[in-house]
Amino acid sequence: MTVQQVVFIIISAFTLLSAVIVVTDRNLFRSAIALMASFLGVAGLYILLDAGFLAVAQIIVYIGAISILIIFAIMMTRRMMQTVESPFNPRPISGAIAAVGVCALLIFIAVSTWPDVEAANVSDIVLRGSVSQMGLFLVSPDAYVIPFEVASVLLLAALIGAVAIARPEKDS
Amino acid sequence: MSFDVIDFLESLFKLTVADYLRQVFGVPEWIIDVVQIFILATFLLLNVLILIWLERKLISRFQDRIGPNRVGGRYGLLQSVADALKMLTKEFITPSGADRIAYNLAPFIIVVSALLMWAVIPFAPGVVGTDLNVGLFYILAVSSISVVALLLAGWGSNNKYALLGAFRSVAQLVSYEVPMVLALLIPIMLAGSMSLQRIVYAQEVWYILVVPLSAIIFLISALAELGRTPFDLLEAESEIVAGYHIEYSGMKWGMFMMSEFINAFFMSALFTTIYLGGWRGPGAVEYPLLGLVYFSIKTFLILFVLIWIRGTFPRVRIDQLLNFNWKFLVPITLVLIMAVALIVKLLPDDVSSWVLAAVLFMANLAIGLGALEIFRRSAHRQRQAVEAARNPGTAPVAGTSPEAHSAPASAH
Amino acid sequence: MLSDWQFILLFSVIALVFPGAPILIAQLINPKKPNPIKQSTYECGVETVGDTWIQFKVQYYIFALVFVVFDVEAVFLFPIAAAFNQLALFAVMEIILFVVILLVALGYVWRKGALEWF
Repeated sequence: MTVQQVVFIIISAFTLLSAVIVVTDRNLFRSAIALMASFLGVAGLYILLDAGFLAVAQIIVYIGAISILIIFAIMMTRRMMQTVESPFNPRPISGAIAAVGVCALLIFIAVSTWPDVEAANVSDIVLRGSVSQMGLFLVSPDAYVIPFEVASVLLLAALIGAVAIARPEKDS
Repeated sequence: MSFDVIDFLESLFKLTVADYLRQVFGVPEWIIDVVQIFILATFLLLNVLILIWLERKLISRFQDRIGPNRVGGRYGLLQSVADALKMLTKEFITPSGADRIAYNLAPFIIVVSALLMWAVIPFAPGVVGTDLNVGLFYILAVSSISVVALLLAGWGSNNKYALLGAFRSVAQLVSYEVPMVLALLIPIMLAGSMSLQRIVYAQEVWYILVVPLSAIIFLISALAELGRTPFDLLEAESEIVAGYHIEYSGMKWGMFMMSEFINAFFMSALFTTIYLGGWRGPGAVEYPLLGLVYFSIKTFLILFVLIWIRGTFPRVRIDQLLNFNWKFLVPITLVLIMAVALIVKLLPDDVSSWVLAAVLFMANLAIGLGALEIFRRSAHRQRQAVEAARNPGTAPVAGTSPEAHSAPASAH
Repeated sequence: MLSDWQFILLFSVIALVFPGAPILIAQLINPKKPNPIKQSTYECGVETVGDTWIQFKVQYYIFALVFVVFDVEAVFLFPIAAAFNQLALFAVMEIILFVVILLVALGYVWRKGALEWF
């Protein structure tokens, strides 16, 4: 059992435990904090996969921005200090069918493709996680520049939509 | 090789102790890492005591008084030690209804994140905790984690003032993270890497002379991130009584104070690393100890500037704070990024770094002054609009009019 | 590369000791005299009235939202800035296009008055 395996087991256990807390806790704020913890665990998994940049981007965007947005949204729509939210789904049968269906799908995908997965033909530079290589890919015309520009348009659309919905009324 | 005192002292002087120990004793890497971490963290914690004393003395001198002068001799040198001892003996008053995990976790997370940022700062050539290739990005991630600690503290206290204070703090921190992140893009563009050691190596000309506007924007956003004056409305006793750490007492409150000072020291260190050339100086490469000395001097200089700013400026209101950020700092930073990118690519590749520095300096100056001019004109127009609304009969005279000058100072 | 991050892991584990030690020492030597008045919620000296809930303004949400957009923009710009030395002039045009679209977004939010703190 190498050190890396032990670390992997600890991080995975942490992530899964937090995910369970997110879904089952009665207090919405505590669920949000557990969500942040699970994001942290995922970042740890990215580090184990040698994707340092992605791990740090995960922390900055998911923990530092999106979780805070979620907490603010919870604050706006619930009285946070009161805790009673039933953790159980009011429709257990359809929930169970959906859960079993998704589980079966995931198992099918994992089992059917796993033995055939081979290391993709990525160039050595990318495998070593060079950030400047990623930067080059993002702006070179025969790589990812179109998705890059479309991403900015997507962000523009998101901002316009959100402001249209959440704009404070002028008389408040 | 056997242990030799002279060689050991020499390695101490050359700051290559780790290599020496590895050669002589075959010490495994992780033990050396552990020792390094302990030395660094202990130094930082003890440094907080010095910083508190320094700040109190300097602020008092700025305010024309003496400051601590009783404990520990004429200069009150042991004042912080006395304060720390006092804090140790205070009772932990946990408010009723507080969420035990969140309430107790918050001081830990905030200090750990303050310490973690130091893992990537280069203190001297070859002396850095770990030179991550995403060093600067990592620092931003860790400061995002400290924001989470704030929320935990605010919510865990079961106190609506704490919660409100925590949310306002988060709004301020999160807003000013944008210009800080964007301003940091410019040294990365110039140096071609996010790794801090490489940024220091790339600074033949200190970046504060090349892109001064970026340095100023970074300094202002760092002040807001640290929650220092002029952006410290969240600690203002008269407003929200102490914000997110109302319900903390004794050493747990001490943790919040400690993290604030460690962060202030860290921002100074980061500023010197990125804009003042870090450990660079005459003779730093041959004698790494000199590099450490230069680094310390520059960091304390910037810390002095931070304390000086605290003693000089009044506090801003929260709407002024947020307006200043989103309507002035963010647009000017984005424009600066585009301008720097364009200029660096338009100049031929083999131009000397001094010429590049001069051209960029001019461009920075132009953008900064241009932005200030636009800001001034729009503020003038707003003042005139307020004046016209107040006195509908008087048409404002073009140019300066006496009414415009006596417009209420709170017009924003 | 992984060894870089091992240092960080080691650091975070050891760094837990440093807030832990003072708090532990304080826990050992400080007085413990809980009483209900001391532990009541602080409200500038008066009794709390009603449940603890706060008037939450939508401005918090809007600022967090704008921050998310600019955060993602920064995450995109970072690797490009790191690769800047190897880029052609055309790449700078692409960067400028990206930044201009986001400046337009900021301008839109500004115009719609969503950046005011009421």
